[in-house]
Amino acid sequence: MRHLNKITLLAVAVILVLSIVGCQPKQTGPVTIHILTQDQAGMKPAEIDQIARDFEAQNPDIKVVMEYLSYDAIHDKITTGMAANPPAYDASMVDVIWPDEFIKAGYLLDVTSRVTPEMKAGIFPSAWNGVTRDGKIYGMPWLMDTKYFMYNKDILQQAGFSAAPKTWEELIDQAKVIKQQGLVEFPIIWSWPQLEGAVCDFTILLYGNGGTFLDASGKPAFNNEKGVQVLTWMKQTIDDGLSNPSSIASDEMAVEASFLAGQSAYAVNWLFQYSDSNKADVSQIVGKVAFAPMPVFAAGAAAGIQGSSVDGSSSFAIMATTPYPDQTWKFLTYLTSNAVQTKFSAEMLPIWQTDFQGDSLTQLLAAAPSNPITVPAFLAQFPFANERPTVSYYNEASKALQLALQEALTGVKTPQQALDEAAAKWVELAGQ
Amino acid sequence: MGGFAFQRKSTHIFDMTANSKAFPKRPFSLRQKEARTAWLLLVPSLVVILGVTLWPVIYTFVLSFFYAPTGIHQVRTFVGLTNYLNMLKDQTFWQTIGRTLYFTLGSVGLELILGLAIAQLIHSRPPGWKFLRVSLIIPWAIPTIVIGAMWRWIYSGDFGALNGLLMQLGLIKHYIPWLTLPNAAMPLVILADVWHMMPFVALILQAALATLPAELDEAAVVDGANAWQVFWKIRFPLLQPAILVALIARTVDAFRVFDIVYIITNGGPAFKTMTITYLTYLNSFSYGKQGTGAALSFLISLFTMIMAFVYIRILYRPEENQ
Repeated sequence: MRHLNKITLLAVAVILVLSIVGCQPKQTGPVTIHILTQDQAGMKPAEIDQIARDFEAQNPDIKVVMEYLSYDAIHDKITTGMAANPPAYDASMVDVIWPDEFIKAGYLLDVTSRVTPEMKAGIFPSAWNGVTRDGKIYGMPWLMDTKYFMYNKDILQQAGFSAAPKTWEELIDQAKVIKQQGLVEFPIIWSWPQLEGAVCDFTILLYGNGGTFLDASGKPAFNNEKGVQVLTWMKQTIDDGLSNPSSIASDEMAVEASFLAGQSAYAVNWLFQYSDSNKADVSQIVGKVAFAPMPVFAAGAAAGIQGSSVDGSSSFAIMATTPYPDQTWKFLTYLTSNAVQTKFSAEMLPIWQTDFQGDSLTQLLAAAPSNPITVPAFLAQFPFANERPTVSYYNEASKALQLALQEALTGVKTPQQALDEAAAKWVELAGQ
Repeated sequence: MGGFAFQRKSTHIFDMTANSKAFPKRPFSLRQKEARTAWLLLVPSLVVILGVTLWPVIYTFVLSFFYAPTGIHQVRTFVGLTNYLNMLKDQTFWQTIGRTLYFTLGSVGLELILGLAIAQLIHSRPPGWKFLRVSLIIPWAIPTIVIGAMWRWIYSGDFGALNGLLMQLGLIKHYIPWLTLPNAAMPLVILADVWHMMPFVALILQAALATLPAELDEAAVVDGANAWQVFWKIRFPLLQPAILVALIARTVDAFRVFDIVYIITNGGPAFKTMTITYLTYLNSFSYGKQGTGAALSFLISLFTMIMAFVYIRILYRPEENQ
């Protein structure tokens, strides 16, 4: 060390300075935009990658880097990504339950002025509702999804049933027969883990029983008689060995795995499960899956409820602090364009209502082998998709409800006690 | 500055001889020159290290006194100790602390016992001991996320290897949804963590065993000590510094457990595997309560420091090891 001289130290200083300078991003060549989305519902990553490459070929000045995560990791990834400036992502998939929180946080760019009349008129109004607040639009609709009731035709046939159940009570009757005949050990598989999937399934059942999350005054109502009946019913199906007890730890991917392995007669899941069910490399029940309208409870049906599911739509929103809003919007409009969505409609159906009319419908039905099945199923089920509460504290409120559902399903607390505590938490959060 | 004297004609680029006439003409000693050069070379690294460690700590500490929702240009309100007091009054917090201690004690305890046993086994050099030592590294080297995904499948109620094994052994008649059982979930997460981290403890203890002079064992044997007495009276006391290192490292790590829980159970069922770091994560990122998350972070630090202090008080006795 003693031999270090001025030249050595100078060299070290120069290297350090150059290193720091070298950390600065260079702005030469095409602009790179980073897009975050999920690897679950909607198009598969390979399809979106293909769309990105097609877009790059048409727009050589823009490079698109896609990043795929499981659905349940995306919200928090957006939050951490927005701590940086510029943000880690220029745009992200945004679930229908997040806009209120993200708008309040200032994360989403107002794109109202960018939306053309053709887009506004062509896309389903309910898709716009998911990204519109106080008349401002904060994203481009991307996926209109709802949970579907799917069943294994072979198992029902073997059990002697010619039709799927119309009510949850009928489902129980059928499930008992299927179980007694030993066709499967647990006829029904659900997504009831300590994740958002459980709230989605609870939404379906709650509204199908005539219940609701909030009453007219905005106070929690899911802990009233209707909600308690639903949660008691959920627990009972597990206790009776009709619902797979693994449902309590199964996200939607695990539900799919069980159903596609032929271990369940019925499954409630998003649309992706159907297309996957016909892929021989992942499914043992190719060609055996059918849709039926989501059942409702007999009491709900008697009260005039014709159907009940949950809205699981999502959009792509541009991050407010991105340095490349124009380039990002250009890509998003391509990704969600009518032509692209029709071409890649095997995994998700278009957001464009014009695709479901006239000649466009004929083209859509021919665009993928599964479309003649999925398009009617979508048109029959989506009108009954119920929204979860649109409040800025939804994530924490949802976690409180997830905990309540788990506590009741595992027998830690009674359904009434668990739901009352969750409702109290919702009131507390609303007051903060 | 009184203690410093600068050379009139310094050979260093950071020459400060402009006013050197004001100082006594006492040249740097060789040691001082080396120290100064060393510090100059360390400064850039120190700046970077302090920038990425100390600054976030200070920032987080300050944040813990604010109501700080996530978001751009969100107004932060000074709330004093409210975040800390709210947590300390919250039943969920104490239940989570209890669960985290359960995980820590179970995980570290098992890792220590098994790690010590395997270290002893390797030290006795049975046939294949080299293979055993190398293979020990494999679980430790696998990323925790992969470990979590692997054990989640092992515990699967529909396809799990654990169920398959127990069925083949005739111990169960039906597959059991292990991760839905409130009282079983945490022990199963502990088991996965022990499989992952026990090799770390075993390797530390095996390395320490290898440094112990064989003469002590031989002398004890000559004096009539049996194998247990050799271990308990000779080796174990000499291993205490290594055990202390392993205990502190693993306890601090285990108390902050997050990733393996996140992957295997998501904190479920019914929060039965919700640990304190997971709760911090939820508050900071899922609920957007950065102030609460920051306060929780410092409470975690406080708990880990207390545990490290207890270990040192109990196990660190330098006078006995000399």
